[in-house]
Amino acid sequence: MNRVIAVFTKESFLVPAVAIILGLLTGAIAMLAGGFNPIDAYTALLKKVFGNAYNFGETIRQITPLIFTGLAVAFAFRTGLFNIGAEGQFIVGMIASTVVGVSFDLPAIIHAPLAIIAGAVAGGLWGAIAGYLKAARGVNEVITSIMLNWVALYFANWVMNAFFIPAGKQTSEEVKDSAIITIGWLAEMFDNARLHWGTLIAVLAAIFFYIILWKTKSGFELRSVGLNPHASEYAGMNVNRNVVKAMFIGGMFAGIGGATEILGVFHYQAIMTQHTGYGFDGIAVALIGGNTPFGVILAAILFGVLTFGASGMQFSAGVPFELIRVVIASVIFFVAAHGIVKMFIKPILKKKKEGGN
Amino acid sequence: MNSVKKVVEMRGITKRFPGIIANDSITLSVGKGEIHALLGENGAGKSTLMNILFGLYQPDEGEILINEKVVQITSPKIANDLGIGMVHQHFMLVETFTVTENIVLGNEPKNGLKIDIQSAEKAVEKLSNQYGLKVDPRAKIQDISVGMQQRVEILKTLYRGADILIFDEPTAVLTPQEIHELIEIMHNLVKEGKTIILITHKLKEIMAVCDAVTIIRRGKVIDSVLVKDTNPDDLAAKMVGREVNFRVDKTEAKPKDTILAVEKLTAMGNRGVNALNNLSLEVRAGEILGIAGVDGNGQSELIEVLTGLRKATSGRVLLNGKEITNQSPRNISESGLSHIPEDRHKRGLVLDFTMSENMVLETYFHPTFCKGGFLDYGAIDKHAAKLIEEFDVRTPSIYTPARALSGGNQQKAIIAREVDKNPDLLIAAQPTRGLDVGAIEFIHRRLIDQRDQGKAVLLLSLELDEVINLSDRIAVIYEGAIVGIVDAKSTSEQELGLMMSGGKVMQGGGNDE
Amino acid sequence: MDWGLILSNLVHDTIVFSTALIFAALGGLYSERSGVVNIALEGMMIIGAFTGAVMTYAFQDSLGAWAPWVGFIAAGIAGSIFALPHAVASVTFKADQTVSGVALNFLAAGLSIYLTKIIFNGAGQTTTLNSVFNKFSIPGLSEIPYIGHAIFEAYPTSYLAFIAVFLTWYIVFKTPFGLRLRAVGEHPRAADTVGINVKRMRYTAVMISGMLAALGGATISLTTTSNFSHNTVSGQGFIAIAALIFGKWHPMGAMGAALFFGVAQAIKSLVQIFGLTNYIPTEFIFMLPYVLTILVMAGLVGRSSAPAALGKPYDTGSR
Repeated sequence: MNRVIAVFTKESFLVPAVAIILGLLTGAIAMLAGGFNPIDAYTALLKKVFGNAYNFGETIRQITPLIFTGLAVAFAFRTGLFNIGAEGQFIVGMIASTVVGVSFDLPAIIHAPLAIIAGAVAGGLWGAIAGYLKAARGVNEVITSIMLNWVALYFANWVMNAFFIPAGKQTSEEVKDSAIITIGWLAEMFDNARLHWGTLIAVLAAIFFYIILWKTKSGFELRSVGLNPHASEYAGMNVNRNVVKAMFIGGMFAGIGGATEILGVFHYQAIMTQHTGYGFDGIAVALIGGNTPFGVILAAILFGVLTFGASGMQFSAGVPFELIRVVIASVIFFVAAHGIVKMFIKPILKKKKEGGN
Repeated sequence: MNSVKKVVEMRGITKRFPGIIANDSITLSVGKGEIHALLGENGAGKSTLMNILFGLYQPDEGEILINEKVVQITSPKIANDLGIGMVHQHFMLVETFTVTENIVLGNEPKNGLKIDIQSAEKAVEKLSNQYGLKVDPRAKIQDISVGMQQRVEILKTLYRGADILIFDEPTAVLTPQEIHELIEIMHNLVKEGKTIILITHKLKEIMAVCDAVTIIRRGKVIDSVLVKDTNPDDLAAKMVGREVNFRVDKTEAKPKDTILAVEKLTAMGNRGVNALNNLSLEVRAGEILGIAGVDGNGQSELIEVLTGLRKATSGRVLLNGKEITNQSPRNISESGLSHIPEDRHKRGLVLDFTMSENMVLETYFHPTFCKGGFLDYGAIDKHAAKLIEEFDVRTPSIYTPARALSGGNQQKAIIAREVDKNPDLLIAAQPTRGLDVGAIEFIHRRLIDQRDQGKAVLLLSLELDEVINLSDRIAVIYEGAIVGIVDAKSTSEQELGLMMSGGKVMQGGGNDE
Repeated sequence: MDWGLILSNLVHDTIVFSTALIFAALGGLYSERSGVVNIALEGMMIIGAFTGAVMTYAFQDSLGAWAPWVGFIAAGIAGSIFALPHAVASVTFKADQTVSGVALNFLAAGLSIYLTKIIFNGAGQTTTLNSVFNKFSIPGLSEIPYIGHAIFEAYPTSYLAFIAVFLTWYIVFKTPFGLRLRAVGEHPRAADTVGINVKRMRYTAVMISGMLAALGGATISLTTTSNFSHNTVSGQGFIAIAALIFGKWHPMGAMGAALFFGVAQAIKSLVQIFGLTNYIPTEFIFMLPYVLTILVMAGLVGRSSAPAALGKPYDTGSR
């Protein structure tokens, strides 16, 4: 528990908090430059999210995949790897669950879990490709995982076009009811917002993340390899195997995210013209969350609110949706360059100290 | 010496780093044509002071006079302009560049837009000949010996017209013969009107070449004396702050069975050529076998092969008669080998792990600490507390990250962990590098204890004194092979030095290939 | 089938598609030779493609055929300005250079479309440009059968790219600036001790990098696509990084690698021309450049030629 509390200690909490404020300010500047009123826009964003039960439920729906992709990126980070491939892992998770969801006819108690496991394994293997290339060939995982994002996109479209999409259509058949994980009664409470069991699975995944990293032998190795591969090798750990393992587990998180998105939200897979964006936002989620599971959940809530609310901003304040991408990018930037952030918080910290004396 | 013009005067220099005062109101005065030693232990503040003089750091207080004029040295460039040059301990040379490129860097002669490399090479050659340095201007740094690289560093300062040369621990990486040649070069430099400041912790060197010496301890000047008025014991006491005995007390070794046998071991180095060539040696229970050699003759590769971090291409390694050649580090460690790595930050510790976690870095999977895949932190913490107590590791708590500890305490922690494994063979690589005298004494004591308990100890060190003092037998490594094994009691530095340089005195620069 | 013509077409298209990669890889070269990892090439290309298209759009009515030149130059300026935050983060604030680069990539993707929507009334892409670069036939040489079409009927930007390769080689390996640039990337402390301002060198290198990558981006919107949208650049910045690594951080090597990756894209159009799409799913053709990049990276052995200080912030006060 100490570590969870540690999230709130001065710097690890203040830096992301200030980075978020700076990101929102950057967004505000971009809006002013574009001739918009940032206060109106951000108000519209919040109104959209908290305006009614449906939208609030949909925000939770939006938060769920971000927890998964955030965990995917954070887990790899803990092992010293930068997993930019959560997007691709998410996509292959989507296809795998669609394939299982559409192709089989099984009792719900087996079908839905099987479809989710298929997504997990697919995402895990997709991540493991980048991990393997890093371990066996020394290839920078950043570049391979980015390339794999594109490969996943076109691969998904091919699988769908070739096997699952009837001629002339843009979407696959719906998955069987037995594979669907929507929570009917909860959805009704939220005016038919698309709520599903995936949200609970996401929270469980975060707990799994914590236990595996900080309570088990495997986690000891993964963290050790992440912090100092040379010392880990010296201490008899297999660095390469841990790299692959970390990318596999990270990919699994993203893959489950993709699966629950299909099984809980869309129930079918469509031809994609571009990436979903969840994998990319997961990077911001992981960084803001300090690569801790609890932090990831908090950060996912924040970015879920921002990305879902952005559509309200576009609708009522006329601000293009992409503005929120500018905000998220700036937040990542400020977390990376935390020296800039510290410059801003220095006076605050100083005052606090003086006040204390 | 008061009649001589003062070329360097540093007055009341204070420099603070977070948590420590590296220099506390230091005053230093060097006369023209003098070889002035700056003596102190590791971490005493010598390098900080010289980095201030060279413009790499700014002092928080105090003033500097060069040629009796007050100056502000805010960058190395200004130091260069004032005629101050530095021969760094870790050479400031770009490995992939040629000698000439390194020397002219920052002051390139131009021909139109291009660097005029021909005239630069001529200038380098001329300087090299003037001071008898024998450097090949066209050789690449990565292809020449360490001694040659040091001469390139000297040439760099001369090319920039330096009159005041700072040598930072220049002998640390040299063979005794090369040290001899360096001393010659220093005398040549002084003859040509240069002034030299020599940073060192070696008393012998001071007695051999210096005119005056300033002793620094914990950031403060203890004394400044003429070499002719002092003696090594006096200097040692002033440096450490108490009487020290550099001889290690130990009883006669009682060697028993062979623990480690290395037979005709060959392995590739990082450059793709053989770093070990048919190397053979034996270490017996109850003895310390020291390996002496110039850095880069296969020492690191030997340890890596023995510990499983590097693959041997041929030959065998036997531990207690059992073959461990090319086994995994884990298997070798479990077979009874412990290893104090030469780079404790790179290999020895996970700096961001707690001390507690670091103490089980190699044993976390043992049933004592791990049950059913889950770690038993209670047992891990108890184990760490015990070791830290036993080996007097000064840490605020067992949950403190290793990063926060001093070098000496980090090293003690590693030794605690390695000794606790109760190994048959303990490999100690550069076990005292960068530590102060107190920690060095502690570590030497522990290594001898291990020997007396009947363990085999393999010691690798670049400090020849350390090897001679600690070892029972000394094996000399040269170009990846053992060129001779001698009795530590009856050998001399000269004998070892000759063997370390392959039986002949190294000379001339130039390309290896 | 006239194989000579097919080959001639292939080379011709390869040069078209390699141009952007060459510019971007050279951009990466300056930055990485100075020791700053530049994974933001993608974003810099996006900014270049966007600025090039918008400025050309703004001037095409008044300047006609000169408008793309204005767009091209403006792209270079915009790219070097856009690179500035990467330098600030990496050099001054010692940030993780990869994370900072990723942030800039996202920023470019978001900002460019945000601005496009504002300028073009909510449309996610610019209108198709009337005035873009036209291919320029070198008199005489372009008459040579096959070879003429293959090499001497290219966009002016392609010729510029090859000139940039030669210039970069000269600058990096023959001039004092180049020697200092490489020293800073190999051993910044050594450079510092001889009076070279490491930070200034790195700032300069990152900004040159931004300029060149943006020029590369602009060559896409001002030659092949004639507009700017979210998928104008689509990963070519990362392929350029792969080309740089494949080319061992050498201008000639990077050019060779860029041409190699250009072939993958040229094959794409060739396949479409020959109607092979009936046999090979289009998705696989789209995948080709990315798969090829992965394969090439996996096939490389060792990375010893990377600048020694690549990715390491330089701390003047470090002890």
